[in-house]
Amino acid sequence: MKAAVIVFPGSNCDRDAICALRDHTTPDVYRVWHRDTSLPKVDLVFIPGGFSYGDYLRSGAVAARSPIMSAIKDHAERGGLVAGICNGFQVLTEARLLPGALMRNAGLKFVCKSVDLVVENTQTPFSSAYEGQPATTIPVAHHDGNFFADDQVLDRMEGEGQVVFRYVQNPNGSARNIAGIINDKGNVLGMMPHPERAVDPLTGETGGLPFFESLAGAFS
Amino acid sequence: MSEERLTDLCHAQELGLSQSEWEIILKRLGRHPNETELGIFSVMWSEHCSYKSSRRHLRKLPTTGECVICGPGENAGVIDIGDGLACIFKMESHNHPSYIEPYQGAATGVGGIMRDVFTMGARPVALLNALRFGAPEHPKTRPLVSGVVAGIGGYGNCVGVPTVGGETNFHAGYNGNILVNAMCVGIAEQKNIFYSAAKGTGNPVLYVGAKTGRDGIHGATMASAEFDDQTEAKRPTVQVGDPFTEKRLIEACLELMQTGCIIAIQDMGAAGLTSSSIEMADKGGVGIALDLDCVPQREINMTPVEMMLSESQERMLIVLRQGQEAIAQEIFERWELDVALIGSTTDTGRMVLNHKGETVCDIPIAPLGDDAPNYDRPWKDSPKQDAISPDEVEPCDVAKALLTLMQSPDMASKRWIWEQYDRHVMADTIKASGGAADAAIVRVHGTDKALAISSDCTPRYVAADPFEGGKQAVAECWRNLIATGAKPLAVTDCLNFGNPERPEIMGQLVRAIEGMAEACTALEFPVVSGNVSLYNETAGVAIPPTPAIGGVGLMLDAGGAMGFDSACADDALILLGQSTGWLGSSLYLREVEGREAGAPPPVNLQMERLTGAFVSNAIQAGQLRAVHDLSDGGLGCAAAEIALASGCGLHAYANPALPDAAWFFGEDQGRYLLVVDADQASRIIEDAKAAGVHAEHVGSMGGDAVRLGDVSLPLDFLRQKHESWLPDYMEDA
Repeated sequence: MKAAVIVFPGSNCDRDAICALRDHTTPDVYRVWHRDTSLPKVDLVFIPGGFSYGDYLRSGAVAARSPIMSAIKDHAERGGLVAGICNGFQVLTEARLLPGALMRNAGLKFVCKSVDLVVENTQTPFSSAYEGQPATTIPVAHHDGNFFADDQVLDRMEGEGQVVFRYVQNPNGSARNIAGIINDKGNVLGMMPHPERAVDPLTGETGGLPFFESLAGAFS
Repeated sequence: MSEERLTDLCHAQELGLSQSEWEIILKRLGRHPNETELGIFSVMWSEHCSYKSSRRHLRKLPTTGECVICGPGENAGVIDIGDGLACIFKMESHNHPSYIEPYQGAATGVGGIMRDVFTMGARPVALLNALRFGAPEHPKTRPLVSGVVAGIGGYGNCVGVPTVGGETNFHAGYNGNILVNAMCVGIAEQKNIFYSAAKGTGNPVLYVGAKTGRDGIHGATMASAEFDDQTEAKRPTVQVGDPFTEKRLIEACLELMQTGCIIAIQDMGAAGLTSSSIEMADKGGVGIALDLDCVPQREINMTPVEMMLSESQERMLIVLRQGQEAIAQEIFERWELDVALIGSTTDTGRMVLNHKGETVCDIPIAPLGDDAPNYDRPWKDSPKQDAISPDEVEPCDVAKALLTLMQSPDMASKRWIWEQYDRHVMADTIKASGGAADAAIVRVHGTDKALAISSDCTPRYVAADPFEGGKQAVAECWRNLIATGAKPLAVTDCLNFGNPERPEIMGQLVRAIEGMAEACTALEFPVVSGNVSLYNETAGVAIPPTPAIGGVGLMLDAGGAMGFDSACADDALILLGQSTGWLGSSLYLREVEGREAGAPPPVNLQMERLTGAFVSNAIQAGQLRAVHDLSDGGLGCAAAEIALASGCGLHAYANPALPDAAWFFGEDQGRYLLVVDADQASRIIEDAKAAGVHAEHVGSMGGDAVRLGDVSLPLDFLRQKHESWLPDYMEDA
């Protein structure tokens, strides 16, 4: 298993993601600069949290048009895994690799807190290790996490098992309490909570550990 | 010399210079300065940049110690945290701008303090904020809280440095002047620390970061004057922040610092290009020549004085080794930042500025520093307040008083604030706001160590007795670090006062510094950096004197960090330190009896050390389940906080020797509440006594209520009241 973490100029969870991947998924993690036009040979592309281009215009909008994105789209089309966390999720919706959009939080304020999640689908490469533990706790930290899609799209996503994580208590106004989704092919995941911040009992929760273990398991 | 118009005394006074300062300029130049030159003198000699009222008194503070690598005088203080690493930190005010434009004022305060830290080679790892707002019922308070908090979050969250702690007070004394003090802590390799002395001549001067605009011109001068009814008109002097540029600037500078290209580096903070270039040249003992046409400009037709005084944010000035320009250029261009060669160091000892083919400034640099005004302003001591005897306080309804205190603006939960801050980015936060520890705790990345960080000040004590209040602020900060299991190392300070030209205000400043000095010396807790913010007054009314102290401590085993959220049913509560029922200047008197009166509690520094050492040892020995220092609201509030954080009720016994109000809510200093296994209680009390520390068994954990003496409040009810004050207040627009 090899992974690439994409670094935009305003990414700020890239180091955290690299540490969590190295400790719990694979020792082979590359940093890939957003201006690069090709990816190293990897199984997983990880788009970390942060404020890719300052989140000016719309969160993730500028990043979704950066040079590396066409290589990521090719990787996804070939069936390669892509995970977008927080700003990474926003980038993936802006790049149309995932349906829907992430709007400003309903409370209009940035929200940073631990949230309880229900793992709705453990049949994905990102969530298989949650099997048998349907509830977990992972922190969120975002201003634009209010997931929106029209009812038709939401109904289809629900029906196809594309809702992977759901909030127990909605922190941002997300449609149907959605915290994380997967595409219809099952290889591109986006979620607002930060599993990479929940892998060490010393710094808080460990609810993110199964996320990284799932990925390790996906290729073992 | 250009034909630029020469100036006179009238111009100088408009820029805040006094007649005597004007005369020194004339003498040094041998002529009248032009507009650019006068602008430069005015900002360099502003209170904000020159510390002209405080300098002689700041010298009383101890600034050296075993851990100190670099004390005050550089961008930030540097201390040794072992393993070849250094902790670099500072606190700074952004009071005046935050009152005028709260979002940008607070945001740029955070940005500025981060630059002070990464300028020296450190990666910022933690932010704290000490905030003081006016009375909740004042019409400006709610929008100011909202704007300041959004601004702090908006900046720190985007840059990706966790905001882990701070303090928030409300008091009518801040109605016209809020305080926004931001602290940043960074970590650097000791072999890669950067200073501001631009040694050597002929070296290229590089400008990097954002373009220069007309924002923030005369910001330093504004911060050196009182507010009046024209204050709103000063909004254009507030800068606008861009955290995305700051983030790129951090990464690009830290990358360049690994290359060995840099001789000196300085951020463009207050007084922008002027102070950064002059400070680097002055410290390096060289001259500097700048070509202003090369400065990246955001607006057209900027004049030399506008460029020199602009406080546009996210800009740095770097003196490079000759021939290394291309390396620097490549890095900054990759991070999509402006980079321009704007001049070089010279052997003239003068600052020479060229603009459109003319020399627009040619002044000797040394006098800007050497002749900077250094006033011994007249001061007088604050009138002493009488001590309040425990017996003269009205009989107290303990349950009602506890509820009143726990939902009072100063004590109520600040969750509404800290949930807007990213507290976990960088994945090293062990304890942040709401984490139920007396200080924030952040792991030193990649090691088993952690830093404990706390910011403290009790302005009502300082107002009642500046000396004791200054002492107490330092002691409380030290105590908070001790209570987490850390070894306190050093402090930064942010001294917020009114107009120093008034002897009673100058007296507050002088005595508070002296109190701080006594405590810092006794506790071996040196001051390594700081900032002074004066003229915090409006229409002749000054803020309560507020010397905020930011302390840093080190723990070798991050896993051993102590908090107060792990108390269990049946555990014993042990109170360390002497209780006399001191209610003078207490939160109880203010919130329950509605009076701010009486001498504040004195701090016995010798006992402080003894008690602190005992707590440290007991934590190291693993004898304690939880520790909480006693501060606002005394034993009753500390106990309630332990109960709320642990989700477990408790019973704190009454003390027949003291009236209830004095026992439960007195604020005697140097005290800690320990939670220990019931079996261990008597042994720990004996150990304490053997160590010369007063200790008594004052209660036990258990149940689902906070019981003080024979009255109690259900835990859930107390939590609801404690949590709801601030959100209710903010939503009640």
